[in-house]
Amino acid sequence: MDMGDARQIIAQRAAREINDGMIVNLGIGIPSLVPDYLDPSLNVFFQAENGILGMGPTPKQNADGNLSNAAGYPVTLLKGGSYFDSAVAFGMIRRGCVDVSILGALQVSAAGDLANWIVPGKRVPGVGGAMELAYGAKNLIALMTHCEKDGQPKIVEKCTLPVTTYHCVKKIITDLAVFSIVGGTLRLDELMPGATLPEVQEKTGAKFILVNSVR
Amino acid sequence: MPSFNKVTDLSTIRPLFFDGMTLLFGGFGGVGSPPGLVDCLIESGVKNVHLVGNDAGFPWIGMGKFICLERATSLIASHIGSNPIAGELMNQGKLQVEFSPQGILVERIRSGGVGLNGFLTEIGMGTKLEYNKPRVKIGEKEFMYEAPITGDVSIVYAKKADTFGNLVFDKTARNTNPYVAMAGKITIVEADEIVEMGELNPEEIIVPGIYVKHIVPSKGYNWKWIWEMPDKSSRNAPPAK
Repeated sequence: MDMGDARQIIAQRAAREINDGMIVNLGIGIPSLVPDYLDPSLNVFFQAENGILGMGPTPKQNADGNLSNAAGYPVTLLKGGSYFDSAVAFGMIRRGCVDVSILGALQVSAAGDLANWIVPGKRVPGVGGAMELAYGAKNLIALMTHCEKDGQPKIVEKCTLPVTTYHCVKKIITDLAVFSIVGGTLRLDELMPGATLPEVQEKTGAKFILVNSVR
Repeated sequence: MPSFNKVTDLSTIRPLFFDGMTLLFGGFGGVGSPPGLVDCLIESGVKNVHLVGNDAGFPWIGMGKFICLERATSLIASHIGSNPIAGELMNQGKLQVEFSPQGILVERIRSGGVGLNGFLTEIGMGTKLEYNKPRVKIGEKEFMYEAPITGDVSIVYAKKADTFGNLVFDKTARNTNPYVAMAGKITIVEADEIVEMGELNPEEIIVPGIYVKHIVPSKGYNWKWIWEMPDKSSRNAPPAK
């Protein structure tokens, strides 16, 4: 499976976590692909931390430089949507008004620690709004390919990269599996199509328990 | 007495920038950053500037244009991922970067802008972003103290201003601009449209003109957005959140 396919498969699975009536914040990277797989009959409001509740799809024409998502790409506003400043945007995030936050990750530990803001000396993206989304969102889902390009597992006992927020991730979706973190324990809930349990065991850098349905 | 006509031109603005100043700037990925004032800052020749803003823009967008000239000494921001040159300068020790969680950063600016003394939070505690911030125990619970931020000069971008400096913003170009406007000792506004007093609907004014010192007319954005570039990936590492 190439990287592009893996990202699409992860996004497609993540879309199933979104239910009717939810307020959802999507991070940059794989999470931004999730709306492509969302059932259009659902009523969902996407919140963008640059000041939109009710963000709509990319405009087909007449893109507006003053109406973008948090990555800087043009979007639209749905009926009932609103604009607000950055303080209000994060006020609603910290206060717990966002039902689910779906973030990209570099590493996640078995205890749900999220690392996604820096690879020291290499990538220095910065923390953006991740700490506050992790703090306030009712449910935090981390999306990532299961391993680094060199095969290193990204699900680990303890993060080696600087941590964004401790004990915050509730679910991990990769191209090989879906895990939950329940009471500080990593649990394999689902194998993705084509993945096998021995493969997931080999490529996961942390101990996990199984739900009965996974064999 | 505040002036009731604050409209001026860039030749009045240029001497207001000075070496070593703390400059607060509005904008989110360049959206809502004042293009004419960024160019005016570049032309002013100032150096050793301490910048505070949401992010480092893109190398050719927003405050990113100034950061790439290596005339900023420090930057307090939530992310710099969209400006790889800022990352290189940081790794080379040429730009001191303090990362602040995005909403915490805007609250620090807000705190400075409304005459408060900072606030307590548990966000970021125990991570590298705690830096040396003081911890405060109240009852059994421990918090981290976040200090207010004010600027020598603030630059903001508005859709409309009246001559007193009452401001109206546009969609996601509002972002940090209202609080940046409130937290500067000298706040300079670049506005797409400038109208007479009485022409704005008072119910729609987001920032009252009391915070505004100078207003200059805008010629609009003078950069291409990332989505207008022929090769969207070549100079762009997407920001993490």
